[in-house]
Amino acid sequence: MVQVLVLTGFGINCEEETAAAYQMAGAQAHIHHFNEVLLEGHDIHQYQLIHFPGGFSFGDDLASGKVMANKIRYKKLPNGNSLLDELKIFLNNGHFIMGICNGFQMLVRLGLLPNTRLSFAQQSSLLPNLSSQYEDRWVYCKVNPGSESPFLKGIDIIPLPVRHGEGRLLFGDDTLKQIVRTKSLNCLSYCLENGDLATEYPANPNGSELSCAGLCDPTGQVFGLMPHPEAFLSLYNHPNWPKMKRQNPQLSEEGWGLKFFKNIVQHIQAN
Amino acid sequence: MSNYPHIFRYLRPDLADWQGQKIVQAAELHLGLKTGEIRLAQLFSLAEEAQEEQLLAFAEACIQDPLTDQIEINQLSWPAGFASAVAIAQLPGVTDDEGRSAQMAWADFFNLPFEPEEQRIFSQTIYLIEKDLTAEELKALAQRLLGNPLIHHFSYFKAQEGGFDRPFYVPKVQIQANKERQLIDLAPLSDEELLRLSKEMVLALNLAEMQAIRDYYGSEAVQTFRATKGLPAQPTDCELEVLAQTWSEHCKHKEFNALIHYKNLETGEEKDIHSLFKTFIKGATDNVAASLAEKGNDWLVKVFSDNAGVVKATDKHLFVWKVETHNSPSALDPYGGAITGILGNNRDPLGTGVGGAQLLFNTNVLCFGPPNYNKTLLKGQLHPRQIMEGVVSGIEDGGNKSGVPTVNGSIVFDERYSGKPLVYCGTAGIMPYDYLGKNSWEKPIDANDRIIMAGGRVGKDGIHGATFSSIEIDEHSPMSAVQIGSPITQKMLYDFMRVATAQGLIKCSTDNGAGGLSSSVGELAEISGGALVQLEKVPLKYAGLRPWEIFVSESQERMTLVVETEKWPALEKLAQQYEVELSDIGYFTNDGYLDIRYEEEQIALLSMQFLHEGVPQKEMWAEWEKPELQEPELPENLEYNQLLLDLMSSLNICSRESIIRQYDHEVKGKTILKPLMGAKGKAPQDAAVLRFDFSDYQGVAVSNGIIPRYGDIDAYQMSASAFDEAIRQIISVGGRLPNMTENDDIFWSINDNFCVPDSEFHPEHNPDGKLKLAKLVQMCQALYDMASFFDIPLTSGKDSMKNDFKAEGQKISVPPTILYSFTAKMKDVRQTISAEFKMPGDLIYQLGTTYNELGASEFYQLFGELGANVPKVRKEAAKALYLKVMQANEAKLIASSHDLSDGGLAVALAESCFGGDLGANIQLDQLGDLTAWQLLFSESNSRFLVSIAPENQAAFEEIMGDAAFFLGQVSDDQQLTIQLGQEELIQLSNEQLETAWSQTLSL
Repeated sequence: MVQVLVLTGFGINCEEETAAAYQMAGAQAHIHHFNEVLLEGHDIHQYQLIHFPGGFSFGDDLASGKVMANKIRYKKLPNGNSLLDELKIFLNNGHFIMGICNGFQMLVRLGLLPNTRLSFAQQSSLLPNLSSQYEDRWVYCKVNPGSESPFLKGIDIIPLPVRHGEGRLLFGDDTLKQIVRTKSLNCLSYCLENGDLATEYPANPNGSELSCAGLCDPTGQVFGLMPHPEAFLSLYNHPNWPKMKRQNPQLSEEGWGLKFFKNIVQHIQAN
Repeated sequence: MSNYPHIFRYLRPDLADWQGQKIVQAAELHLGLKTGEIRLAQLFSLAEEAQEEQLLAFAEACIQDPLTDQIEINQLSWPAGFASAVAIAQLPGVTDDEGRSAQMAWADFFNLPFEPEEQRIFSQTIYLIEKDLTAEELKALAQRLLGNPLIHHFSYFKAQEGGFDRPFYVPKVQIQANKERQLIDLAPLSDEELLRLSKEMVLALNLAEMQAIRDYYGSEAVQTFRATKGLPAQPTDCELEVLAQTWSEHCKHKEFNALIHYKNLETGEEKDIHSLFKTFIKGATDNVAASLAEKGNDWLVKVFSDNAGVVKATDKHLFVWKVETHNSPSALDPYGGAITGILGNNRDPLGTGVGGAQLLFNTNVLCFGPPNYNKTLLKGQLHPRQIMEGVVSGIEDGGNKSGVPTVNGSIVFDERYSGKPLVYCGTAGIMPYDYLGKNSWEKPIDANDRIIMAGGRVGKDGIHGATFSSIEIDEHSPMSAVQIGSPITQKMLYDFMRVATAQGLIKCSTDNGAGGLSSSVGELAEISGGALVQLEKVPLKYAGLRPWEIFVSESQERMTLVVETEKWPALEKLAQQYEVELSDIGYFTNDGYLDIRYEEEQIALLSMQFLHEGVPQKEMWAEWEKPELQEPELPENLEYNQLLLDLMSSLNICSRESIIRQYDHEVKGKTILKPLMGAKGKAPQDAAVLRFDFSDYQGVAVSNGIIPRYGDIDAYQMSASAFDEAIRQIISVGGRLPNMTENDDIFWSINDNFCVPDSEFHPEHNPDGKLKLAKLVQMCQALYDMASFFDIPLTSGKDSMKNDFKAEGQKISVPPTILYSFTAKMKDVRQTISAEFKMPGDLIYQLGTTYNELGASEFYQLFGELGANVPKVRKEAAKALYLKVMQANEAKLIASSHDLSDGGLAVALAESCFGGDLGANIQLDQLGDLTAWQLLFSESNSRFLVSIAPENQAAFEEIMGDAAFFLGQVSDDQQLTIQLGQEELIQLSNEQLETAWSQTLSL
């Protein structure tokens, strides 16, 4: 069975639904506090996937995900390595990392995404939403047709909730933007219901460059996104479910967000 | 103040500063001030020496974003293009999370171990302003828009002063330690002097209470006892403070336990009421409990005796529910008041029984003055808009950062809330039936169990909160009553509590709320029969607190845990992993005394019996006189289209979307009916629905009933209507009334929250006190009648008694207000019914009868009229209708259901149309013999607007009989058309309706 580590603590708050998502997808999910890894040396290499969930680690102080990212980069584990060193080994071993919302913000600040040069230096950043407000709203996302990410197989357009105040993705420069596009690392974009790229608020809820909602790294092993697929595990999470069910009483009760988790669990099982 | 090392961080100048631009707009809108460009910068100051290389390395790695920020170290140059600046720091001792997080980053960067310690890194925000503002303009901008003098320190800068060469203010706390115990001799004091002392010490005790304390200490038995213990005859400062906290209105509910002489001048009735609480609230629940027991319904587990009410939710779980108010702090510091309100209320379910409940959701009900309030503000009064914005962002941070979804709420606007807003915070949790075989809802404590304080450290914040909330606010209100919550500190405590309770390491627990340790230890000690506390073991934020201050401080994010000695080492180890500070501060005893020490000195020794039972019963007078009211004369030829648009855009009806979207309403993934539904997310709902777990579809519906304006006509009907509103909202979304059959397994758990103005008669200060108290009595009577009739139990609640704002010889009092917060089990959340229309061709009905009841309606308010015919509750008819709706829902016949309330049928139709992106053709003729405006806008209780699929017509009509009135059909043209006879009353497009609805409130 695929073993998944879901990290929590310090203000992270989506660990339960995230673990539920992996369980529903057929994996075994284990929730552990960051300090079990950082202070007590809990071994991350017994897992095939590490998940960084959403929430407010350290209250978004200094910048969203920043204090946690620094902990991962600088704090020495009992074996003398940083957790980032261990994550590099973890990826070298062919395993996978996913981050959602605050977890995505950490991965970007850690340089795990988009990581075009595989140098683990921060290349992109996340700024406060253009609205200067935290927002909870449902948006549509579209998978980049050029993306080969194992997380996104079979997904085209999908409605998902966003719930964040700092989601405006910024690429440092045009060269980086070009590389990201060429390699289809901008694997998930905000779009309209018909699939057209969302250029305006609120379809693009935060003002991200390239209308980008999610990124993967060049190896395809690391994937992160701002929207919350783990909040759409059931049809009954969708704001229009009463009408959808009226129109089609046979509609599956499974939430569409589960697809991301099923994809990666099946991919790991198959390889 | 110092030359401490500084790190200065600002956004790269070529990036737009949207937050600054927002302030520019707000300054122009609210202050009429043209500021030019505004940009923000952060300053981090280290209250210790640091090498420059060290500082730079840290700043580059941990403070600066490499893409978007620039930093400077120590020497800060004045940025070009700005003429003035304001720096806003927290006042000493006020929570500074950003600084603490920077301190955590410092420890991680240099690989120092985590140690809870004094704050060493302080953050502040600098606002750079393009225009050269005058000193007054800068002050207005800083103190009215950006900060609050009660919690912030302001420094003002001008470019021509040579930039930032003046040292920055660093809010390090520097006070002299003073451990001395003081004695207060009450024996020689006259009545007048006793009252003066009560006021000076902010004890909030009245004369009878001060006399009771004086006489107690003067009695021979007490004198002899104190002498044998080597204690002085006079009370210590700590003893008086503890008595004042414990006897406060906030903690002892003296007015709800008072003897009330009630006189009804309308009927001639006179009676004495011994305790409103026991007679009406507990009385109703006793009736309900008996009625439940008769039918073998055993879901009522624990009422009124713990921090929250407990009922049985499923075979495995209990449901824990509490709603509280945080009005006074929110009037002074809206952000801090609201955030501590939420976090404090979260700790109630968390500290119920053994503790460690999993928090399921928050709700918030808010009462504000109108945001466009244009009267001159009194001294110390904040503008209603400022209060609203602060409260909303406090709720945003408090709920979102705690990871608890805010699923439902309500906002009421009335000018009488301009002095004191009402901020109701509700939180529900789910708790397993048992922890390792021990009942989770019980609170066992034995002598020698350790008293463990968990969470944040203690400072001077929140001293006198409990006594302060029991008096009206005036311009001398103490600053220390204000606190700022730290949601992340509490989240870490919450995570720890859940694991520690599951592992059986905690015997039981309670919240440290109002009254601090004094209240939490004092209440727990009632169970074992005493406690001994060593105050020197309590960790402090900074030195310099007097012992009594340590004991009553309300510093946030703390719980008091009861721990068996042998479990202490394991608990301590777990706490280290979760980075929660624990301190062993004493133990429980059974000798009947609360024994407080600081090192060797006895600070207080109080008899538990006197502490908890010594408060004299209050005596109060109530007199009801019916107001002389009549129905208004309305103009002829009403313009119904315009009237409906006016209603849609009125403050109490218009869209709350700009606020709702700032709250996370779906974290945890269990929210089934959100505040806004439909394809476009525009359909407002009557109640929220959540599931408990991912493993099945059992869940709960949540609704709120609050209609204070009806009380201007009839307080009884106001309370009954609010109760009915909350029931019908639950029925509307598919809920079922309780106790209809044996073993029905459908819990209902209700919290009542009374917020009233000073109702104690005083010939000069409060001449209409008797009338106000009479209204309170009638509100309670209605509660009793409704709860008993429907078998719906009150399980917990709160009363807030003196909601008056006094300044400059004027008084702004809230109208007597009651909020009913309802929760009811949903056996299968998939059967939930939403409010918006679903399909063209569906048939539309009104369920329930419309009466000529527009007294205190939103419609009359458009004409500035009150009227006389307030909506009445007809309990029997209501119940009969609700049973029919339940039957129709059981047969899955109803496609949409919206309860009729503010603005009546016309408003509900409009919302169901644009919510579902569909139209409706409506004919009112079947509704009865009333005028058009009565049919459209009456607010009669116990009514619904429903739609059904055409194929269900026969089955539906058979169940409903004469309770259903056919209105028309859903159409696909996105137009609302309403006719009476041949007359077309309303013809409006969804776009017109939605535009009117959505443009009033923007945040």
